Amino acid sequence: MSPTNIFAPASTPADSIFGLSLFVLAVSAAIFVLVVTLLAYCVIKFRKRPDDDGREPPQVYGSNQVELAWTVIPVLIVVALFMATARVIATVQNPAQPSSTIEVIAIGHQFWWEYRYPGLKVVTANELHVPVSDPAHPTPTHIELLSADTDHSFWVPRLAGKTDLIPNHPNSTWIDPHETGLYLGQCAQYCGTQHAKMLLRVYVQSQEDFDRWIQQQRQPAQPSTVVAEGQHIFETTACINCHAVAGTVADGRFGPDLTHLMSRDTIAAGAAPNDHEHLRRWIENPETIKPGSLMPAMQLNDRDIDRVTAYLETLR
Amino acid sequence: MSATSISMTVPEPNWTLPARGTVAMFCLIAAEAAIFTIFVVAYLFYAGKSLTGPQPKDVLEAPIFYSICLLSSSLTIHMAVVALRKGSIRNFGMWWGATIVLGAAFLYGTASEWHKLIYREGLTISTNLFGTTYYSLVGLHGSHVVIGLVAMTTVMAFALLGKVSEEHAERVDVLSLYWHFVDAVWVVVFTVVYIIGR
Amino acid sequence: MSTDSIAWPGSESHSRAFVDQLHEWIATVDHKRLGIMYIVYALVFLVIGGVEAMVMRIQLIRPHNDFVSPQVFNRMFTLHGTTMIFFVAMPIVFGFGNYLLPLMIGARDMAFPRLNAFSFWLSAFGGFLLYFSVLGANGLYGAGNAPDVGWFAYAPLTSLAFSPGHSTDYWTLSLLVSGFGSIGTAINIVATILCMRCPGMTLGKMPLLAWMNLVMGGMVLLAVSPLTAAQIMLMIDRYLGGHFFDTQAGGSAVIWMHFFWIFGHPEVYILIIPAFAFISEIIPVFSRKAMFGYPIMVAATISIGFLAMSVWAHHMFTVGMSSNANTFFVLSTMAISVPTGIKIFNWLATMWGGKILFKTPMLFAIGFLFQFLIAGLTGIMLASAPFDWQLGNSYFVVAHFHYVIVGGILFALFGAFYYWYPKMSGKMCSETLGRWHFWLFLIGFHLTFDFMHIPGLLGMPRRIYTYEPGRGWDSWNLIVTVGVVFQSLGVLVFVYNLLWSYFRGEIAGSDPWDAWTLEWSTSSPPPAYNFVAIPAVLSRRPLWDLKHPDDPDWKYE
Repeated sequence: MSPTNIFAPASTPADSIFGLSLFVLAVSAAIFVLVVTLLAYCVIKFRKRPDDDGREPPQVYGSNQVELAWTVIPVLIVVALFMATARVIATVQNPAQPSSTIEVIAIGHQFWWEYRYPGLKVVTANELHVPVSDPAHPTPTHIELLSADTDHSFWVPRLAGKTDLIPNHPNSTWIDPHETGLYLGQCAQYCGTQHAKMLLRVYVQSQEDFDRWIQQQRQPAQPSTVVAEGQHIFETTACINCHAVAGTVADGRFGPDLTHLMSRDTIAAGAAPNDHEHLRRWIENPETIKPGSLMPAMQLNDRDIDRVTAYLETLR
Repeated sequence: MSATSISMTVPEPNWTLPARGTVAMFCLIAAEAAIFTIFVVAYLFYAGKSLTGPQPKDVLEAPIFYSICLLSSSLTIHMAVVALRKGSIRNFGMWWGATIVLGAAFLYGTASEWHKLIYREGLTISTNLFGTTYYSLVGLHGSHVVIGLVAMTTVMAFALLGKVSEEHAERVDVLSLYWHFVDAVWVVVFTVVYIIGR
Repeated sequence: MSTDSIAWPGSESHSRAFVDQLHEWIATVDHKRLGIMYIVYALVFLVIGGVEAMVMRIQLIRPHNDFVSPQVFNRMFTLHGTTMIFFVAMPIVFGFGNYLLPLMIGARDMAFPRLNAFSFWLSAFGGFLLYFSVLGANGLYGAGNAPDVGWFAYAPLTSLAFSPGHSTDYWTLSLLVSGFGSIGTAINIVATILCMRCPGMTLGKMPLLAWMNLVMGGMVLLAVSPLTAAQIMLMIDRYLGGHFFDTQAGGSAVIWMHFFWIFGHPEVYILIIPAFAFISEIIPVFSRKAMFGYPIMVAATISIGFLAMSVWAHHMFTVGMSSNANTFFVLSTMAISVPTGIKIFNWLATMWGGKILFKTPMLFAIGFLFQFLIAGLTGIMLASAPFDWQLGNSYFVVAHFHYVIVGGILFALFGAFYYWYPKMSGKMCSETLGRWHFWLFLIGFHLTFDFMHIPGLLGMPRRIYTYEPGRGWDSWNLIVTVGVVFQSLGVLVFVYNLLWSYFRGEIAGSDPWDAWTLEWSTSSPPPAYNFVAIPAVLSRRPLWDLKHPDDPDWKYE
């Protein structure tokens, strides 16, 4: 089963869309069957026979009644489809938001996702964690959508329809996933060279697991004296111009926040798994994993790359 | 290769269709109206949204005199066409010349307004949203005035060489349609920029 | 000089020097030659655009493929879309219009022959300018830089900050130039239809092709200008420091989308309405019946023309417009399906009770009916905004619009080729090769574009140079790519047919299909002056009246 199937909704917005889509599909299927049957009938019944007498068939120029019929009926179908659609637009775009809503600000960048939880004082990147929502006592997540550069689009099909992130044009979306698990998606508005690798991972957790994750994300980085050298290289080689590590001098905002880098399964917005080999390769030269990414290769020697990798691997 | 033709059954006794030149000019006017509409929409959309820099009410002065020049030129061009239809080439030349002079005066007015805005008020096309939308809209209109003046000067040159006569009235009328359109656009631009936008 | 507009071996014009013949073509203002030049130009770009599609499909045949780099892929989809819309579909529609309109309304040429030639060369130059970017965009070193911002070039990706260099400028300027050509041709089409009809041919008696080109011409005038305006604004932003789409200065990225789609949506109707015109000429002739409901077809076309100007923001359902705005555009978009459906029913009613001949033009027309129906239905699905929030910007949309453009417009065009080729060249196309073309292309089309809907339903966005395995997209992408092979073979057979028939086809005569409109009353190919004497007509089917003097159309209209 595809993890990004729009017909496998796991959250109310995706559910509402799914219900509407079934209605639209049913009406379309009925129209298709009717018209194709008529077409097939014409093509078979009215083909020129081999024993044809060569005379032209009776010329029929039109019929007002028939024209009226096939105007009025489609109009009625359109009215029905429109009303069903209008209702879903209203419920999805203007939902009631209970006070238990988690607020997240998502900022699209070329080519990664920044997530801030203003109320919970957490900053992270690329992997969004939200609590599961029980329909009886909903705890939805409301996501404000902003952009730091070009247009992007947040699309996790099983959770909601897509909404764009456009600079100077704040948008928002909301999800209330009914089941825990990992939900996948990716950027759905062409944003430049590495649009294809701006992947989305939404971790829906039980309330306890989510709370624990929040607590852990709130901690500043836990440095280890063993890798102090790596931290030193990190802090003096322009890495901090783009990256932030809470509790240190690193407070760059252009690239993902690395405070809890090791809490994520992937790096480079899903482009590679977060293991030693890929992390090291990414630091050495991002072009080998995501050509066109905006992180430059810092031309470090092997020894320094090892040290920096070791330091980053302590950022849990 | 011989061609077969339809034999005439009952030809229409009175088969007149619209004049090509007039239809074509109306089509061109429709297309130009669409371009101007988009620039006007942009102007209105961005009105009041400049984050910095001079605002319209601080720096804009309605160019009433020069607008009167331009709008009167619609009258003079109409008189020119009427004169040409009657065959009085001299009168045509006078009215036509007057139109060109009035159009040129309008351009001079725009130029001096821009000079003041750029050098005294510091408003250029790159200053802010107001600057961008103002110069593009007024500039687009101004460029159409320039094109009209070039066309009219060409006709003037032909007239001075004695080559324009009554039989050209139709074509000159088509050109005057363009000029009327340019003036009508100015009415809209003037309203949007100097009245609504301020 | 020969009276033929097309020289072929055997006629006396063959002895003229090649340079003279070439000069005649380049300097021509004859609508028939300009029409053919537009068509040949479009076919060349069709092949180029097809190669771009092939490159993309090979890259996407499996996940994490490395056939081309992301930069090259992004240029491919930009060039493919831009080429197909502006340098294939528009020119070919103008080409057929140019060729057929004067002949069908009993005129000797278009209203403004010199403007006609000027417009053609402007459009042609636009195409060359776009492809010059491959060499010239960043200087001649390296491979150059074709534009890579997508065919709708959203801001702020197109700002200097995110698209340095000149590749975006080539996109902008080539379309600006060819846009002026399009407006020139539209002026010509409208003026020709309104001012040059032969005696007796009132607006209610002219062929449906003329009506549809009239509506198309009007739409070009109103729709291309917004694109021109937006592109001027983009150039002002990029080179004069303007802020039209500069979000840092308070500008709006969304307003580019509005301006673009105010052009972009009517544009696709500008392309499909002439396709409707071809179908409206082909189906009656090959069903041996008059078009059913001519006045309704005219009314439906005009309403489609108007409605098409009001639906544009259905391309923007995901940008965060208010629920009221979204609801309005749902309504207008669904409304346009009513006149469109009426046309499908009228074509079916024309076939009903007829005696259908399955010659190649009719095969393509039937294919058109089937595929346009499906395209319209997937359009209804996309019109339902919440459904579009899932389907939009995914491969479902890509499948939908290729269904319209390839399954609809291109099929109608192939039909038009086979139908009017005898008129243009004097030779019949090979029916056998035509059938091979039809079936190969039909199979390829359905393999590619039927199955392309599925990755969209499974979450695959568009404009991605590669994709992750494990999302269920792999096998569908493979099938989609395989279909390209059949389509290419079909097109090769088609081109071969055109060439083979020119030299070896049966002589066509003036009226090989026993049709009823004025172009079939003159020789094939027509002389430069079109008609020995300007005809006068009494009904919509003047040749029917001639062939059935006891039962002419004008008794019933």
